Amino acid sequence: MTPSPTKVRISDDALALACGADGVAAAFAAAGCTVERVSSWGMHWLEPLVDVDGLGFGPATPADVAAILDGTSPKAIGRIADHPFIAGQQRLTFARAGRTRPTSLADYTATGGWAGLTRARAMTPQAVLGEVTASGLRGRGGAGFPAGIKWQTVANAPLGPTHPRKYVVCNADEGDSGTFADRMLMEGDPFQLIEGMAIAAHAVGAGQGYIYVRSEYPHAIAKLNAAIALAAEHIAPFAIEVRVGAGAYVCGEETSLLNSIEGKRGEVRAKPPLPALEGLFGCPTVVNNVLTLAAIPHILSEGGAALYASLGVDRSKGTMPIQLAGNIKRGGLYETAFGITLDDLVNRIGGGTASGRPVKAVQVGGPLGAYIPPAQFHLPFDYEAYTVADALIGHGGVTVFDDSADMGAMARFAFAFCAAESCGKCTPCRIGSTRGVELIDRIRSGGKPAADAVEALPQMHNARKAGRSRADDLQLLEDLAETMKFGSLCALGGFTPYPVMSALKHWPEDFS
Amino acid sequence: MTDAARLTAIIADHAHREGPLLPILHDCQHAFGCVDAAAEAQIAKALNLSRAEVHGVVSFYHDFTPTPDPRPAVELCRAEACQARGVEALVAAATGAAGSRVNLKTVYCLGLCSAGPAARVGDALHARLDETALVALVNAQ
Repeated sequence: MTPSPTKVRISDDALALACGADGVAAAFAAAGCTVERVSSWGMHWLEPLVDVDGLGFGPATPADVAAILDGTSPKAIGRIADHPFIAGQQRLTFARAGRTRPTSLADYTATGGWAGLTRARAMTPQAVLGEVTASGLRGRGGAGFPAGIKWQTVANAPLGPTHPRKYVVCNADEGDSGTFADRMLMEGDPFQLIEGMAIAAHAVGAGQGYIYVRSEYPHAIAKLNAAIALAAEHIAPFAIEVRVGAGAYVCGEETSLLNSIEGKRGEVRAKPPLPALEGLFGCPTVVNNVLTLAAIPHILSEGGAALYASLGVDRSKGTMPIQLAGNIKRGGLYETAFGITLDDLVNRIGGGTASGRPVKAVQVGGPLGAYIPPAQFHLPFDYEAYTVADALIGHGGVTVFDDSADMGAMARFAFAFCAAESCGKCTPCRIGSTRGVELIDRIRSGGKPAADAVEALPQMHNARKAGRSRADDLQLLEDLAETMKFGSLCALGGFTPYPVMSALKHWPEDFS
Repeated sequence: MTDAARLTAIIADHAHREGPLLPILHDCQHAFGCVDAAAEAQIAKALNLSRAEVHGVVSFYHDFTPTPDPRPAVELCRAEACQARGVEALVAAATGAAGSRVNLKTVYCLGLCSAGPAARVGDALHARLDETALVALVNAQ
């Protein structure tokens, strides 16, 4: 009797593929193993991670295959589920990460899939709305708006001749640097997102859903399309279509995203009207982030809402999939209840910097988030606590920088990024960002001793005739930040001052 | 140069969709390497839009280009997380290797933020790049 071949599980997540997972999988197949491609555990420094009967080996290369199979590999990490990085987490949204095949309906159903939708469809829409509200779930895209209230607004919105339908739109335009949880969810557990959208559709009375994915995520797009085709009969009569972005960061803003789906320039709309009342094609629309919708199946499972509400702190309920990125030793996905400190995240869990140098700053919340110095690492991960500290949680990305980072250059980059990605609709963002780059260049190059040739012209009545001191320029920068913060239509212009002003506040020496 | 008959087929593929413009432009860009003025005019006529409206959309998005670039492209992520992992120090060498033969483009975020510096060639992703690996990647195109 021949022994059955060894079963090996390797992720087909984009990050694992980028680190060579396909080559490792091919080598195991060539060695006679059965290779199963699963989602990623989220321990990115160990990818490609090989799972043999629950035991992990990583980061693996094709050269490691023989040693892994005969048990002598120095890359063994023991039982994956017992690894401190995994054991310390409270995974609800990412409960299946590493454990199931992403587009296997059998795996999804066997791990509790569709239970939330089945239960929700047996309830009245109002009862579903009640559970979502009771769970305390807030929008995971960055603004933190209570999901239940948004859904209730759409459910209550009247239909009419110009807006005869309702929509559910999933914002999967994850453009923030330092974030990848949406991508991992779409690639690793696409059915969960689909189920969450179907529950939302039942609750608000929508028949059509769209998932707007950025074009930089080709693997996520392929997985979603495959999963939607497989799940069609589970969610019918609700239907979902994937729409692909076209390289515009600002389309992550919900109104700009709606314009983009409609086939227009991705320009921001003024609010009101809220998308909940006049959204896609003028119809009432739920727009939620991937992580918000993916949290829904758990919340709608038996007792799920109460469990969700019991986790977290204060008004930040439930769990947050936090993404440890940048110059960090153990980067990856860490889902845990709100309230954890940055010190825990960066130093204890993340192990400090990958370069081994001291941590200088972390940016929480993507390109529009504040830079936080180690002195503030006691801050609990909580929407309100961050607001008080002039920072934001955003989409939960934590990007670590070591002491070689030039914070003046990062502040300049924040403005330059805003200038490149501004949709151009409002003046503070479109022009303020370019003026900001110029101003930081001037501050860093030692100021402006005298008026320039144009300013000196007699017809330039309003131009300043004297030079500007550093204090004048810093005051100007502060004024500019204020104008952008309160005068911009959306978060792109409105939040760009956060990284700039936090860098200036905590590292003024990098601006001279 | 766009092929009018092929573009007609692309438009017909998406005509049933709500808001068909972006899917059409994606397929046009993919098929012809660009969305040129002739394509804009044809799409505008088919969708009952003005040419200005279509041009406005085409010029808004980074993914659509008015002329084809036959060179192979390498997209290098230079967003914050990759900067924190040292991508800026690799740019000079990569630019030198690319010369005018390879189109070295900057993108902001490929979602590989814990394993940067990262790059994309078509749908193939590459992470944990150092100078040697990035230059080899550019030279391999």
